[in-house]
Amino acid sequence: MTDKSKICLLIILIVSFAVFLLGHGLTADNYQYFLSKRTPKILAMILASIAIALSSFAFQTITHNRILTPSIMGFDALYLLIQVSIVFITGSLSVVALNPYINFSISAFIMVSFSTLLFHFYFGSGRRNIIVLLLVGVVLSQLLFNIANMLVMMLDPNEYAVVQANMFASFGTVSKQLVYLCIPIILLAAIALFKHANVLDVLWLENDNATSLGVDVPIVTKRALLLSALLIAVSTALVGPVLFLGLLVTNLTREWFTTYQHKTLFIGCSLISMLALLSGQVIVEHVFALQTTLSVVINFIGGLYFLRMLLKNQIV
Amino acid sequence: MIKVENINKQYAGKLVASNINVAFEKGKVTSIIGPNGAGKSTLLSIMSRLLDKDSGSVYVDGTELEKWATKTLAKRLAVLKQTNNLNMRFTVKELISFGRFPHSQGKLTDTDRQVIQHAIEYLDLQVIQDKYLDNLSGGQKQLAFIAMVMAQDTDYVLLDEPLNNLDIKHSLQIMKNIRRLAHDMNKAVVIVIHDINFASCYSDNIIAMKNGEVAIAGSVQEVIRAPVLESIYDTPFKVVTLDNQNVCVYY
Ligand SMILES: Nc1ncnc2c1ncn2[C@@H]1O[C@H](COP(=O)(O)OP(=O)(O)OP(=O)(O)O)[C@@H](O)[C@H]1O
Ligand SMILES: [Mg+2]
Repeated sequence: MTDKSKICLLIILIVSFAVFLLGHGLTADNYQYFLSKRTPKILAMILASIAIALSSFAFQTITHNRILTPSIMGFDALYLLIQVSIVFITGSLSVVALNPYINFSISAFIMVSFSTLLFHFYFGSGRRNIIVLLLVGVVLSQLLFNIANMLVMMLDPNEYAVVQANMFASFGTVSKQLVYLCIPIILLAAIALFKHANVLDVLWLENDNATSLGVDVPIVTKRALLLSALLIAVSTALVGPVLFLGLLVTNLTREWFTTYQHKTLFIGCSLISMLALLSGQVIVEHVFALQTTLSVVINFIGGLYFLRMLLKNQIV
Repeated sequence: MIKVENINKQYAGKLVASNINVAFEKGKVTSIIGPNGAGKSTLLSIMSRLLDKDSGSVYVDGTELEKWATKTLAKRLAVLKQTNNLNMRFTVKELISFGRFPHSQGKLTDTDRQVIQHAIEYLDLQVIQDKYLDNLSGGQKQLAFIAMVMAQDTDYVLLDEPLNNLDIKHSLQIMKNIRRLAHDMNKAVVIVIHDINFASCYSDNIIAMKNGEVAIAGSVQEVIRAPVLESIYDTPFKVVTLDNQNVCVYY
């Protein structure tokens, strides 16, 4: 099967799952109500898929590994901490907490600053040991997550309810406003990443060869990292943290697609990511009858995959 | 011309390049020889902007290295490191195509395709051009990387141990190609090489390094002499003249 036909096949599957999720049980009487609830939800899943796929893939290319993703490095834990801090400092009814535009601008700003810090931490010092970075990432995300948890404990019970919804991945409750805000952001970030696709291809040859071929590695790395941070902010805002999804879909893409070109790989990875979320949602709704959540399913499968990679030593 | 002036580089307080002054001219093959750890790769990396120096300057065509935009410099200067890793599966031809990146930014033109085809033919890679690199031998991989650098088609070609993993036939083939690049196409080719006899027979100039310093730099006649080599390698040497070439015997 060529990469093109793989992409076609994925699109067909995605459309079928999306149509099923949108359309099951609709009648002439209830369709308006259901569609108005289901459409933003599915839109949010699709947007989050793209954001997670693109950010994880670009992040892995610039860090030359297949195991680290922005989620694993603590980016979405940071987003949660920002959300909790906002409620903690300004209160759950403040403009900052409730207005998605202001809230998102502040969060995105902090995320992007954090990624700049991380950039200097990774690439400033010469040595880059993936295992060390992995440990740092895991510790960092636990730390951020626990600080967020601690702040939650200290919150007023009423305010707690507002924050709680954000602490776990949830595809049920998405604000329509947020979905529409995220569309242009993801679109712009995706265009920017696609513009760098050819340059990112050269990074497969490692930094020295890329430099010899005229790629300004520090600048490309920095840009890709900033875009990843922005995309992760978007996806966490939309659906909450999905720790292992990025790892799962980037590696499935590498295994399944034969090309080395980021142009195609970005598209393939986004589609595989959509398929994972949409089919997962169908399973959660119709097999488990909502007794479990999508993030549990994704993290279970992703976690197993992660273990398999560790055991097979496929970490670089 | 590449001019290296007063280069110094330390690692953890240890000087690995100390006050180096050398120059590389177009139309000449220059070999850098010396024992392991002498600082050969360090010098090559500094000259090609892969490694930061502590002090000193490098001039490429009269302009300081730092003033060159990486993108522009990549059309003038190509460098191949001693070891190369790939993070992706590539065919030989795909890898060689990356050599054209500085010229076409990933969108291959007809000229690019011709140059790639030439590189494949020069190094006899037709048979394996569509094979994946991870299914090839060490020497075949090395040839593919050299072909990539040749496809880059730059005035300055810097190769760190290009004969790594190559058998005698392929080593000869590479050395002949290197000499042709310099003499027929007026490029400056700089190679780091351990085989002194290849260095002696195929270079115009030789730079011998020891302990981070240039021990001697000059023509083949000046450097390939028993007393000079003995002091560099701390090993007894015998240099004989065979068919007008200096050849070393060291066993
Ligand atoms: N990243 C590094 N950190 C610390 N020391 C280094 C580093 N890279 C090289 N060195 C040291 O610098 C010295 C010169 O190394 P270099 O790689 O230039 O040697 P070389 O002449 O190319 O040797 P070889 O023939 O083995 O390739 C060595 O003593 C080496 O230990
Ligand atoms: Mg070396």
